[in-house]
Amino acid sequence: MRTYIIKRILLSVLILFSVTLIIYAVLRCLPASYVESMAMQLATAPGAKPYEEWIAQLNASYGLDKGIIAGYFTWLGDFARGNFGDSWKFTVPVIQKFHDVIWLSFVMSAISFTLQILIAIPLGIVAATKQYSRTDYVITAGALLGISLPPFFFATLLKLVFAVNLQWFDVSGLVGRTYAQLDSWGQFMDKAHHLILPIATLVITSIGPLMRYTRTNMLEVLNADYIRTARAKGLSEHTVVYKHAFRNTLVTLVTIIGGSLPGFFTGALITETLFSIPGIGFTSYQSMIIGDIPFTMFYMTFIAILTLASNLLTDILYAVVDPRVRIA
Amino acid sequence: MSDMNKPNEQANSTSGETLSLNDDRRVKTLSPGALVVKRFFRNRLAVLGLVILAIMFLFSFVGGMISPYREDEQFYTYTYMEKEYVGVTRNEDFRYVSAEGADFGSAAQAQFLMAQMMGKTEFDYKDVTYGVAEEGKDFYSVSVDGSVIAIAYKDIVNAADNKEEPAFNVKYEALKLYTNDGTGSFTADGMELSLDEDGNILQGEEVLGYISRFVVQSKENGVVIPRDFKESLEQVLDAEGTEFAYTGEDGEEHNYTITYDASTKIWSVMQETETYVYSQYEAPSAKHPLGTDTNGMDMLTRLMYGGRVSLIIGFIVVVIECLLGVILGGLSGYFGKWVDNLIMRIVDIFYCIPSMPLIIILGAAMDGMRVDPKLRMLYLMLILGILGWPGIARLVRGQILSLREQEFMTATEACGIRVSRRIFKHLIPNVIPQLIVTCTMQLGSVMLTEATLSFLGLGVKFPFASWGNIINDVKNSYVLTNYWFIWIPAGVCLSLAVLGFNFVGDGLRDAFDPRMKR
Repeated sequence: MRTYIIKRILLSVLILFSVTLIIYAVLRCLPASYVESMAMQLATAPGAKPYEEWIAQLNASYGLDKGIIAGYFTWLGDFARGNFGDSWKFTVPVIQKFHDVIWLSFVMSAISFTLQILIAIPLGIVAATKQYSRTDYVITAGALLGISLPPFFFATLLKLVFAVNLQWFDVSGLVGRTYAQLDSWGQFMDKAHHLILPIATLVITSIGPLMRYTRTNMLEVLNADYIRTARAKGLSEHTVVYKHAFRNTLVTLVTIIGGSLPGFFTGALITETLFSIPGIGFTSYQSMIIGDIPFTMFYMTFIAILTLASNLLTDILYAVVDPRVRIA
Repeated sequence: MSDMNKPNEQANSTSGETLSLNDDRRVKTLSPGALVVKRFFRNRLAVLGLVILAIMFLFSFVGGMISPYREDEQFYTYTYMEKEYVGVTRNEDFRYVSAEGADFGSAAQAQFLMAQMMGKTEFDYKDVTYGVAEEGKDFYSVSVDGSVIAIAYKDIVNAADNKEEPAFNVKYEALKLYTNDGTGSFTADGMELSLDEDGNILQGEEVLGYISRFVVQSKENGVVIPRDFKESLEQVLDAEGTEFAYTGEDGEEHNYTITYDASTKIWSVMQETETYVYSQYEAPSAKHPLGTDTNGMDMLTRLMYGGRVSLIIGFIVVVIECLLGVILGGLSGYFGKWVDNLIMRIVDIFYCIPSMPLIIILGAAMDGMRVDPKLRMLYLMLILGILGWPGIARLVRGQILSLREQEFMTATEACGIRVSRRIFKHLIPNVIPQLIVTCTMQLGSVMLTEATLSFLGLGVKFPFASWGNIINDVKNSYVLTNYWFIWIPAGVCLSLAVLGFNFVGDGLRDAFDPRMKR
């Protein structure tokens, strides 16, 4: 087990190296970058240096005058030493901006994931136990509908119904107009109130896979021989479903849930952007569009690390939870 | 054997004849393919999905042909817009005219003003004594040694259209009459002149100028306001009316509305003008069942073409993914060893690249480079395809790894069938069911990704329509709240199409699964 984990981690480092190299190369190859527009802007100021001089100076100060490979290794060295640079757009150290916004995304993801588990697993079990019944059809269709709904469209619909027509919520933003005058409890409630629509969007558009997964797994287990044995013994249906079948489904469910834990930090890019929630998704979207290389590099590397971590976690959990699985 | 004895019986057997229980003909045999089809059509959701997809395809591909309008045909309409035509102010300041050769500068004017306010009849300025005489209402003459050198007035004497500015004496005499509510004839500079009730200064029948308290300024460049317009306007203003009609030289009657702004003391005369504009956000009607969009294009037609773009992009992307995935996955699975290792590491790397951020960055870069919209669509498909193949490669590899070990593959090897034929004739067909299921689901998700990008303004660009960029209009919150017909149909179409692919994919998965006993 230990050698396996070490092997996987070493492999992950290699993959991470290639991925960051690719991303860095892509970012550097892009024309019309932030630096150019910045230089253009600076050169138009009265009495300013010409554009060429500005661009040379800015490139030098941002370390863009080196070649891609040399630039990459400089970046890699800085990154490894924990020096993530300053964000061009936000003009603060990347790590500080990251620290400011990450926890909001984490809270949002954590709440929506908890809700997903609470809704999806019971519904998945019900659907599986009543296979081909009307309930099953409704639940399956609902899960597929959730998968099929484009998040941006669903979010807009929610805005139209609940924010525009019913006026229960604000259309976007994390805090209301009176936020500054509220006491700390009021401020907390204000934020919570503004998070309801984004979380609803997240839950509904991403609940489908978990629900279907529960159903498929449950069906597989319910068709197993030992369930027939349990029924033949005369156990109540409740015991059969929740004691014998569900516990075996848990093996894979725990694996999946564990594997999605790192995903709590990736943020919800589309939803956050639509509702202007200043989480990591919205922030990185802003920095991506204007070509803020330090922040984008940091964010993408961060996501790559999270992906690798969740893959590794899934595999390890699989071995830990299911004693039948042995990893060499 | 009974069959041999009675060759005709088979034809009869289907019609009514009772067969014994163990007769083979009682058992209907179906090929595996037919079984799959049967299982698929038993699944109500899958059939529903198929129906949705059929409708969507008809709508997008046939609809575009039937639609009477082109994809980018713009419609125009006349709208009435209230434009400010003229501004009118009532003159409340003295204006000064000095006689020829006389000097009455602004310092002297200020002195006059003080004297006038205090009701004095004379004032001194620079050792000269000026005499002030009230000649009429708001009309004063300033004299030095008994001769008038200047006049101060509030009712303005204007030259008539295409006439010279009236001379000092004309103004003086005319105002003397006008401010005392008089009309009739007078002489000035040796001319026989007369003043009528409307304040017109006439020489015989010819109008030389007119007197009016109102200053009328045109708000449009190069428009000269005719005298009779001003005259009728004044009458309305005097009567405190708010509307009036005027028949211009072209013989058309125009309607004007007058609004008065008390703080600036300006009357604005608004003219309703007809403007030829894009028929923007036209409400649904028989001509445009879903109204028109922000560019005045027929929404329903845009929706059809948008569907075509979204579906075609989905298909091409999935084809690219499949080609790459099957070839690389097949090589990896069949050859194993270092080939497998190399390809799987590449797959790992691609898996790890955050695709959505990368696509957004590339989209923003294409924005910056102003890539041609058509070329851009091509790049989008390539990018989506290249980022999406690893999933299919993994699937194919996994399948082939398990199939490779089965007896029929040993048999092909024993028969000496060549490698390429073994892969493509014996292995790949066995992967196809799984592949079809994945591709169907993948179609839906690719369409979603494309729509999301287009929604963010980073995917398909105007003039091409796609369901995503149609919804993009809701970024304007006025559209979001007021024009449901712009974005809800596109969103519903998109959701339905993706739902259709997911239903069908789900149904196919169940149908291909031999363990399903339905």
